Amino acid sequence: MKIKKILPQLLTLLFIVLVFGFFTMNAQENMGARGLEFGFGFLKTQASFDIQFSLIDYDGSHTYARAYLVGLLNTLLVALIGIILATLLGAVIGVARLSPNYLIRKTASFYIEFFRNIPLLLQIFFWYFAALRALPMLEDAPMLLNSSFMTIKGLYTPAPIWTNFDVFFTTIIAAMIIIFFFARYAKKKQEQEGKRLPVFFISLAIFIFLPLLTFLIGGVDLSWSYPVIRQMSQSSYTFDGGLKIPPELIALTLALTLYTATFIAENVRAGIQGIGKGQKEAAASIGLTPNQVLKLVIMPQALRIIIPPTTNQYLNLTKNSSLAAAIAYPDLVLVFAGTAMMQTGRAIEIVGITMATYLTISLGISLLMNWYNKRIAIQEK
Amino acid sequence: MLKFNHHKNRNISLILGVLFFSVGIIDFYLNNYFNTNITSFLPRIINFFTPLIFGVIGLHLIRVEFSGIKILDSLNKNINTTNFNAALSVSIILLIIFGLPPLLNWLILDANFTGDSKEACTGGGACWVYIKVWFNRFMYGMYPNAEQWRVNLTFIAVLVFMAAGFFTPTRLRNYLSLYYVLILPIISFILIYFIVSGGSFGLVWVETGAWGGLSLTFMVSFFSLIFCFPLGMMLALGRRSNLPIVKYSSLSFIEFWRGVPLITVLFMSAVMFPMFLPDGTYVDKLIRVVVAITLFEAAYTAEVIRGGLQALPRGQYDAAKSLGMGYWRMHVFVILPQALKLVIPGIANTFLALIKDTPLIFVVGLLELVGMLNLAKTNPKWLGFSMEGYVFAGIIFWIICYSMSKYSQNLELKYKTDR
Repeated sequence: MKIKKILPQLLTLLFIVLVFGFFTMNAQENMGARGLEFGFGFLKTQASFDIQFSLIDYDGSHTYARAYLVGLLNTLLVALIGIILATLLGAVIGVARLSPNYLIRKTASFYIEFFRNIPLLLQIFFWYFAALRALPMLEDAPMLLNSSFMTIKGLYTPAPIWTNFDVFFTTIIAAMIIIFFFARYAKKKQEQEGKRLPVFFISLAIFIFLPLLTFLIGGVDLSWSYPVIRQMSQSSYTFDGGLKIPPELIALTLALTLYTATFIAENVRAGIQGIGKGQKEAAASIGLTPNQVLKLVIMPQALRIIIPPTTNQYLNLTKNSSLAAAIAYPDLVLVFAGTAMMQTGRAIEIVGITMATYLTISLGISLLMNWYNKRIAIQEK
Repeated sequence: MLKFNHHKNRNISLILGVLFFSVGIIDFYLNNYFNTNITSFLPRIINFFTPLIFGVIGLHLIRVEFSGIKILDSLNKNINTTNFNAALSVSIILLIIFGLPPLLNWLILDANFTGDSKEACTGGGACWVYIKVWFNRFMYGMYPNAEQWRVNLTFIAVLVFMAAGFFTPTRLRNYLSLYYVLILPIISFILIYFIVSGGSFGLVWVETGAWGGLSLTFMVSFFSLIFCFPLGMMLALGRRSNLPIVKYSSLSFIEFWRGVPLITVLFMSAVMFPMFLPDGTYVDKLIRVVVAITLFEAAYTAEVIRGGLQALPRGQYDAAKSLGMGYWRMHVFVILPQALKLVIPGIANTFLALIKDTPLIFVVGLLELVGMLNLAKTNPKWLGFSMEGYVFAGIIFWIICYSMSKYSQNLELKYKTDR
């Protein structure tokens, strides 16, 4: 009996050790033959390549570590925008899928079937190489909303210019903390006295007015820098001022949003359908208003079904954002596993770091979600 | 809701409603396609929304509780319950009028189908000549034209071998899964090795770098699927095992592959993997890619199968054990047949994801359909037709994926067992 337990484990262990040992030995030999030494010292050397789009200060004189950070931030940026937009769109489409209106229901399911059965990479290529290339040149672009230009080189919008931005930012955080404590106070009050405060409106008011107040007394000021077209030579134009959003970012965000929203929409639909009709009727029969039914009875239960698969979609979106490399949006994969690796030739270290980064993000989010899931799970006796 | 008890009033409102609705639609149609505006006397801001406003007023007027007219009643019930719903319905109708004719014009009416050079494309529509000229490349990549029958032959042969499973005599039925899991992959590999790759039996050798197009998409996804399934099953069993070393090594294997994007895995197979092999060994690019995708998808398959294993009631395990079955007998004869039936939709989804992931192999320089499109659009003779190419590939992938998801839904219904 004992041997039955130990033997398979020993075999597994042996297999793993052998495979890893074989790989490490070969890797050492190969790196020795090429005169490379395993190590991460190269991260501190000068990168000497440029990155088209960066959220932090960067040029060729910075280190590889800095280039890594630029790539990581670009990945997180596109993932964050994508997650927010896909959630909004997915929720709307998911609800529309259950609409009593025939046209809306069919449109929503057409959207879902259409976008989720086409490979994401193809969609990214479509937006980048076909759709966005059909936009006008800089000099022919019409002005949108009196301020922005949608051109073949990207979207030019007004850029905010802040003075004393840190004061403003601190106030926003302070407002969030106040709202948090206020919500707790309101809940306590309801439990003790049975009175409901209009939590949502008061929170919204705090969130809007407190930061606005800093414009009056905190010395915060906001002005806009508008993009203005300038002729450089006979046929080349450029925009001065404003904020330039590169077409790569637009194409990537569009494709990721439209693709992921289909999956989120299906999750939302399944979540709402998963709540029995009896729940709604029971809630109505104890005198809750339709809004309260939705907020206090339907949503808390639906969210329990919706959130775990949706988290998976967020993870997928983050991982799919690595397709950016295909259209030269400088994300982690393109900057680090692409350019940096070509220059240094350190395949093992760089691919290792890249994979470890994605792994950290994925495991971090799934740990967070497991914790959250446990918190909202039904406590069965 | 307006109530018209009086018959005459109701008829008037119905006629008025239909009139308003038609005026809205006609106005929109004229605005878009004939550049005339029949409501130009109204102020500019209202003018822009007139089709919508007229449509909603029209729908509002025809909203009666019960009329006895079949079409009207079903219209009211389905798209016209409230004013808000009416507004959404009108918007969608207007959107269809706005979008559909130009799309049809571009796709079919103004498109060019005949000719064999760029000059044949004169109309404003799509240039399907481009697809026609490049069709062989899109299907077979750089595979020599004269040899393409070999790819077709192999595909037909593999399909025949796959279908053979359905016609096996009853006494061999027990070995069917063995056939699909073990023998079919070997047969297919031998077929592809000797016929598609060539080099013997008087066939010219074609290197894997020249393979491409849609046939490569099929090959990669076919092999990844048949290899990832048994591997995923082993991993799923390993993860539920109560032997700690087996359990945690399966767990970390699964979590590792699920945590990284496929593109980095392919990068790994392209640049990192050769470092891990003894100097001088060369593994073909295509094989490396298939191995990488297999390992990656096996982790996902494992999670899907684990879901099925967990969904089985404990009684099934207990019953099997009480009959004196050991671990393997219990799983092979009792647990897996039931669990696999439960996970058909999940497996189908994994397979769909796999097909949609294959275009990524451009990272290592293999050009399947999407890669070939990107190559073709840079050809100086055929510049400016990227739209046609992507639409063509989109239609092909859509048909494959959509029909497969429908098929899996059917299977799900067919194999549903009541408990």
